[in-house]
Amino acid sequence: MSQSTSSPAAKGDRSRLVAGILIALSLVLLSIGSYIGLFVAPPEFYMGDVQRIMYIHVPTAWNGMLALTFAMVMAVAFLVTRNWKYDTLLEAGIEVGVVFSFLLCVQGSLWAKPTWGVWWDWDPRLTTVAVMLFAFLGVLALRHFVEDPVRRAAWSAVATIVSFADVPIVYFSVRWWNSLHQLQTSPKMMDKAMARPLHINALAVMALAAAFIILRAKLAETRLRDQLAPPLPEANPSPIALAGAPEPATGGKA
Amino acid sequence: MLLPSTKPSDGTNSDAPGRVRELGPALEVRGLCRRYGRSWALAQVDLRLERGEVLLLAGSNGSGKSTMLRVLSGALRPDAGTIKVEGFEGRDEQRLRTALVGHYFNTYEALSALQNVQIFSRLLGRPSDRAALMPLLETVGLAHRADDAVHTFSAGMHKRLALSRLLLQQPAVALLDEPYGQLDPEGFALLDSLIDQMRQRGTAVIVASHLLEHGAALCDRALLLSKGRVQWTGPAAELPAVSKAASASRLAAARGT
Amino acid sequence: MQLFAALHKDLLLSWRTRAQASAVFAFGAAALLLLSFAAGPDAEALRHNAGGFLWVALLFASVLSLSASFQVEYEQRAMEGLLLLPASPRALYYGKAIANWLQLTVLGAMLVPVMVVLFDAGTWRVFPLLGVIALGAAGISAPGTLYAAMAAQLRAQQVLLPLLLLPLLVPVLLACVKATSLLVMGDPMNQLGSWMLLLVAFNAIFWPLGGLLFGVVAEE
Repeated sequence: MSQSTSSPAAKGDRSRLVAGILIALSLVLLSIGSYIGLFVAPPEFYMGDVQRIMYIHVPTAWNGMLALTFAMVMAVAFLVTRNWKYDTLLEAGIEVGVVFSFLLCVQGSLWAKPTWGVWWDWDPRLTTVAVMLFAFLGVLALRHFVEDPVRRAAWSAVATIVSFADVPIVYFSVRWWNSLHQLQTSPKMMDKAMARPLHINALAVMALAAAFIILRAKLAETRLRDQLAPPLPEANPSPIALAGAPEPATGGKA
Repeated sequence: MLLPSTKPSDGTNSDAPGRVRELGPALEVRGLCRRYGRSWALAQVDLRLERGEVLLLAGSNGSGKSTMLRVLSGALRPDAGTIKVEGFEGRDEQRLRTALVGHYFNTYEALSALQNVQIFSRLLGRPSDRAALMPLLETVGLAHRADDAVHTFSAGMHKRLALSRLLLQQPAVALLDEPYGQLDPEGFALLDSLIDQMRQRGTAVIVASHLLEHGAALCDRALLLSKGRVQWTGPAAELPAVSKAASASRLAAARGT
Repeated sequence: MQLFAALHKDLLLSWRTRAQASAVFAFGAAALLLLSFAAGPDAEALRHNAGGFLWVALLFASVLSLSASFQVEYEQRAMEGLLLLPASPRALYYGKAIANWLQLTVLGAMLVPVMVVLFDAGTWRVFPLLGVIALGAAGISAPGTLYAAMAAQLRAQQVLLPLLLLPLLVPVLLACVKATSLLVMGDPMNQLGSWMLLLVAFNAIFWPLGGLLFGVVAEE
């Protein structure tokens, strides 16, 4: 890792501070948004109060996708620059993305049972999320089984890119497959009273996601620092005589 | 055929691959470092090898000999330092201009000896028909088993097949990791003569070996590695004595005297 | 060109290890049998779901086949030897992926008669069916070759390859099952083309991506 002017401990404190602020902010926003969503906003025409789960479901969906997109960008960044910072952010992004995907599936089931009468309705978006959940769990498993840090970082970056490239095509294939069986009914038009708490909550969840990513990346960084060697060994104390060399070796430090 | 595009770092015109340059050392290594877990397998290794020089790489188990050869061959990425082969830098150049005979035989066990060699030859863009490659197999004494599946071979025969690949590649620097292991007396003599031929042709050779007396007679210079650092380098003839002294002092240090 | 040399090598290896390939076929056929037991003896239901059974069995068999294709590369570090020649990782990838594709196509084609017999699921449209199998096999091979190279270098490879690969192949599964069912049960609305298009799109994404990323996975 590159040396920098502030010590790791100082940087850790700064990150924790930022994360703390983000969590506090998100809790505030979440309470406001949820209050409006649960009590103030009008109920949806067809589904009634059950629909209010949307106020947490949609923000979770947006931010889950955001976390996975973030992970994908970090994966590319790592492969291009080979900077360890991106690997820690990749790990954090995938984990947060996986947690959100799981929550989405749970929320989706809670919505589906009272609405459609079944726990799972093969909705294309939710089904895509479920497939992605497994794909990224696979990436986490890969990280678990590879011991060498360099290989682990490079390989999980590859797997992240491949899995992410799959997302659009999974979505279209499931949508096609499902459209023959069932009509899509989800509220497309939303009046302003519903949109506002949605946006507030979306921001709140984004702050929460960012906080989790920061903290998780810090944890990954600490673990990495343990695994990677201490700074480069020093140059040779005295020049080693090289037969035939015109000048003594300097053993330059990188 | 992969053509390297890097220019030599000393400003002269780049040559076509395979053509050895008139001036300059075959191999120049500065400050080579390679991580291993939490410690360093190689720490600030410097080395310079002239054309046609044969170097004995010595050191106890775990001193970094195999790692060093694998890094030089381009199989492993160094964590720091520079490596120049025939004046050219870059991993692709290293792969092109070096050949490694390591602990693994790099063979397809299900295929025959001839088929294995043909695969290498085709990837190098050379004529790969039976007539072209049988002489190679004859040189290493495998012509009579050319069509047998490699998984029926003994370890020594595997080693001979690996040597045929070395001959095929005709590198500027040959990297041999414990090459004498598994070879019978005939194979031993064969390898000695192959190294001699390479020396005459101007190929630099690094031989990592535990056989210090034999190495001292065979090689021009020696380099002693310990825990990844260069402990000593000098004429090969002096190595056995130096090595004995080094291990004696290590023992003494361990005993606390 | 190195690609042809690599392809020649992989085809040769496939041929030389064909005994193993027939064992994989036996596994696929056994899987079809088990699936038919799971579904029960209702002839109409079996016929209706034959496409699904075929492709699930083929997916599981493919994991074995892909796994085996890299065993030979790592048992004596043959692939490393090639990379050090130097051989371009891209050429090695495409050689292996194409050979795997052919092997999987043959496997799929051989499982069709089993499907026909067990589920009474025949079709006269043989060429389109072969087309579906070929496209599906290509879709399995492209990311499969990449992941199999990774998995073969790890100790936990039995678990990791299916875990990584199968979720990724959901679009291939959906498209191939749908396409096969349409061929077996009839295609009144002419939807076969759209599913084939989906498969083409999948291949168009993953064949280039695999070649691009193989270097990272094959080298140290």
